[in-house]
Amino acid sequence: MIISFVLDGEEQTLDVDGGLRAVDVLREYCGVTAPKEGCGTGECGACAVLVDGETRLSCLMLAAQMNGCIVTTAQGLGTDGPHPVQEALADLGGVQCGYCTPGIAVTAAEFLERNPDPTRKEIRDALSGNLCRCTGYHKIVDAVEDAAKRLQKEHGRGE
Amino acid sequence: MLSTQTIGSRSRRFDAPEKALGRERFASDEYPESMLWAGALRAGVPHGLLRGVDTTQARAIPGVVAVLTAEDVPGENRQGFIHWDMPVLCGTKVRHAGDAVALVVAETRQILAEALLAIVLDIEPLPVVDGLDAALAPDAPLVHDLETGNVLKQASLRKGNAQAALARCPVVIEETFFTPQQAHCFLETENGTAYMAEDGTLHMTVSTQAPFRDRFEIGRALGLPPDRLHITAPFLGGGFGGKDGSTVQCLLALAAMHAGGRPVKMWWSREESMLAGYKRHAARMHFRLGAEADGTLTALICDLDYDSGAYAHLGVEIMALGLEHSSGPYRVEYLEANGRCIYTNNPVAGAFRGFGVAQVCFAFEGMMDRLAVRLGMDPLELRLKNAIRQGDKNGVGVVMTGSTGMAECLVGLQDHQFWRSRDEWVQSAPPLTRRGVGISAVYNGMGYGRGLADAAVAKIRLTGDGRFRVYNSVSDMGQGNSPTFVQIVCEVLNQNESQMELVQPDTERSHPSGSSSAGRTTYTYGKALIQACEAMRDKLLHRAAMVLMADEASALSLVPGAVRHTSSGRELPLAVLAGMLHPEDRVCIGEAMMPVTHDMPDGGESFRLGFPHLIFPYAAHLARVEVDELTGLVTVCDYVAFTDGGRVLNPQNFEQQVQGAVAQGLGYALWEDCVAENGQLRTTDFSTYVIPGSGDLPDIESHAVETEEESGPFGMKGIGEVGMNGPLPAVASALLRMGLPMIRAPFTPERVLKVLCGGNS
Ligand code: FES
Ligand code: FES
Repeated sequence: MIISFVLDGEEQTLDVDGGLRAVDVLREYCGVTAPKEGCGTGECGACAVLVDGETRLSCLMLAAQMNGCIVTTAQGLGTDGPHPVQEALADLGGVQCGYCTPGIAVTAAEFLERNPDPTRKEIRDALSGNLCRCTGYHKIVDAVEDAAKRLQKEHGRGE
Repeated sequence: MLSTQTIGSRSRRFDAPEKALGRERFASDEYPESMLWAGALRAGVPHGLLRGVDTTQARAIPGVVAVLTAEDVPGENRQGFIHWDMPVLCGTKVRHAGDAVALVVAETRQILAEALLAIVLDIEPLPVVDGLDAALAPDAPLVHDLETGNVLKQASLRKGNAQAALARCPVVIEETFFTPQQAHCFLETENGTAYMAEDGTLHMTVSTQAPFRDRFEIGRALGLPPDRLHITAPFLGGGFGGKDGSTVQCLLALAAMHAGGRPVKMWWSREESMLAGYKRHAARMHFRLGAEADGTLTALICDLDYDSGAYAHLGVEIMALGLEHSSGPYRVEYLEANGRCIYTNNPVAGAFRGFGVAQVCFAFEGMMDRLAVRLGMDPLELRLKNAIRQGDKNGVGVVMTGSTGMAECLVGLQDHQFWRSRDEWVQSAPPLTRRGVGISAVYNGMGYGRGLADAAVAKIRLTGDGRFRVYNSVSDMGQGNSPTFVQIVCEVLNQNESQMELVQPDTERSHPSGSSSAGRTTYTYGKALIQACEAMRDKLLHRAAMVLMADEASALSLVPGAVRHTSSGRELPLAVLAGMLHPEDRVCIGEAMMPVTHDMPDGGESFRLGFPHLIFPYAAHLARVEVDELTGLVTVCDYVAFTDGGRVLNPQNFEQQVQGAVAQGLGYALWEDCVAENGQLRTTDFSTYVIPGSGDLPDIESHAVETEEESGPFGMKGIGEVGMNGPLPAVASALLRMGLPMIRAPFTPERVLKVLCGGNS
């Protein structure tokens, strides 16, 4: 089938088997490899992307479900330059092997939209679907906390 | 003068921004043009005679390029870089359910899956050797046809007469401990791509911890000359030891040999990784510890059995490290350590952070806690009293000549408010909740140890536009060795990070520098790199002297982006200098080898490789733990780690390593267990094999105890492993102090509840 969607700001029109997994279409057909596959069964969160602004697991989505949607991966997350969450993850040591990071970045970015001033506990809850085997999460939580502050400042300036 | 001091400062990792943006390309991100997919059919039966593999139907499926069996494997069809007992494809016998019996190459993933299903196996089942007891039974079926039954290797270490010494001890403690098989669960599963070029060179991009050694492993297994194998290893999405040794490599190379020059991709699913990937050895450890009435340790006798699973992999070396570390970071005068590495039909065990040591730390620290209880002593005092110090002999008789910060780590804990306030915290437990504060003292030999040259060759290039390119040749699986290399170059050459380029291992561009393992990467390659940088600095100053008209190079210095005539301030930009130099002259190479000990215990000669060690990082951990008396649920509320890794080159990276290792260690303590029933894995994915998530762990406080390791680059040692060893014994220590003597990890609610109700774990 023919599917059209906006991927990281760019129009995509593809003729693919609509039953393919979204993660494969993004990675193999669109060449956007930010969504990673860690389990293929919805357990690890590495493949998370934003679909119309909501966090979705692209390993559990079919290509056809992207039709007409706005899909954002970690590669297209920031509008002009990296998203504050991405900067904070890099600055504060939330990145080790980095394989879980794109999934964490989009999940956290969406979470901060909903909850701009979270507690550490809320951050931990929000990230509970994103496994990381390297960091022990401490610095990831630090980074999301810090990103919240960066976003609040940006927001404050904008008003 | 501009200062670019970076060693010792908390700086952002060089690789972090690209990774955070999702732009870093891992091996799994490669989808070369016109590529094929390869996949293995797994036996599904844990033990059996392979009577036949019928591939007719699979071959007939359109889009199937090749269906290969053992008959198609050239070379020795054996993998395993020391013991060589694991076939690439099984020919006659199946030894575990994850054994590969056929390999399919197909146009698409769908066709591949279809073809794998269409292969018909004829396997005559054999009785299953499902664990240590079954393997050691007198009439046990043989996994390999060894004269020693299922015992792959039996060995003993002795220091003095421990039997006689133990008999003289006024206090003797005895216990048996059990640890499970643990899975690495790196998020990027085993994968790679490969193609055979027209000239017969096989090019492979693979998620591997040992690209240089892979050439020999693939070459020998498949009969290819190693110099015809070109391997590149981009950043790994985790490794932890599970990508040390061939995973996809031999299968992938075989597939590429049958793909008519087209590239082939192999990427194991999570389920395949659980089934066929390497695991941490399950262990049974019987300990007898003798001490004086004042708590001075005297003698230890222990018997360690490691379940190697179906193949040897690094089992013998892992057992050797278990024996070496069996008496803990303490002075113990008499030692008798007996080890066996045993074949079963369980998943194959191999290297995993804490290489054989994570297991024994549970046992010797369990003994220390029991001894403290018996003597009515403070458990921290007891540890401090016996802690090994510089100049002491360790358990196997090696004199600790390097930095030895065990006592300092313990003193750090002693002064910590969580330790000081432990009684109040325990007493303020809510109803139906028990609380305990546990501690552990651990260590982990770093480097390959004696008998296996631990060397590295570092290379750095001044590029044509005046930047510096670092050719990392030890894989970065996330631990951050390569960004630290960038820091080292910035420091020695006084340059800014913006001047740097970083290349990941490539057997045609970088030089052999060993594997990414044993906590050795930054130490060994770092030392070599310092040399390369010093040579580069001297070279650049000498070459610049002509232009800047200085009589001596010492009149010049390097500043960011330029060479400066120090007194006049005249500068020669590096980009200009580079243009004057021949490309071959813009390269500097340095090499380093790790020092080894010459002290050997009795019995150690029987290990050929990697024993004993000279340099050890140390750590003391504390866990505040709660147990729900109704459910047996264990919660770790707070965690503190003091670590002696020598000098800290980057505090951020240091904490990352400690926190990550502690998280993995807490998983080992509380949840992780590869359950196999009758040789069949029951924990097949992330829903049945539980690794900690963000909600399961507390914040993890990390403190560095900076001792100076004189042999190391800028005084550092490696801390990749030691943090893994502390959590299991620290949590066990807390539980013991609540009256819950746990001897079997992980401490699941069921097991804890059983002990709460007066049973045995
Ligand atoms: S790959 Fe989608 S959740 Fe793990
Ligand atoms: S950084 Fe490696 S999995 Fe999270």
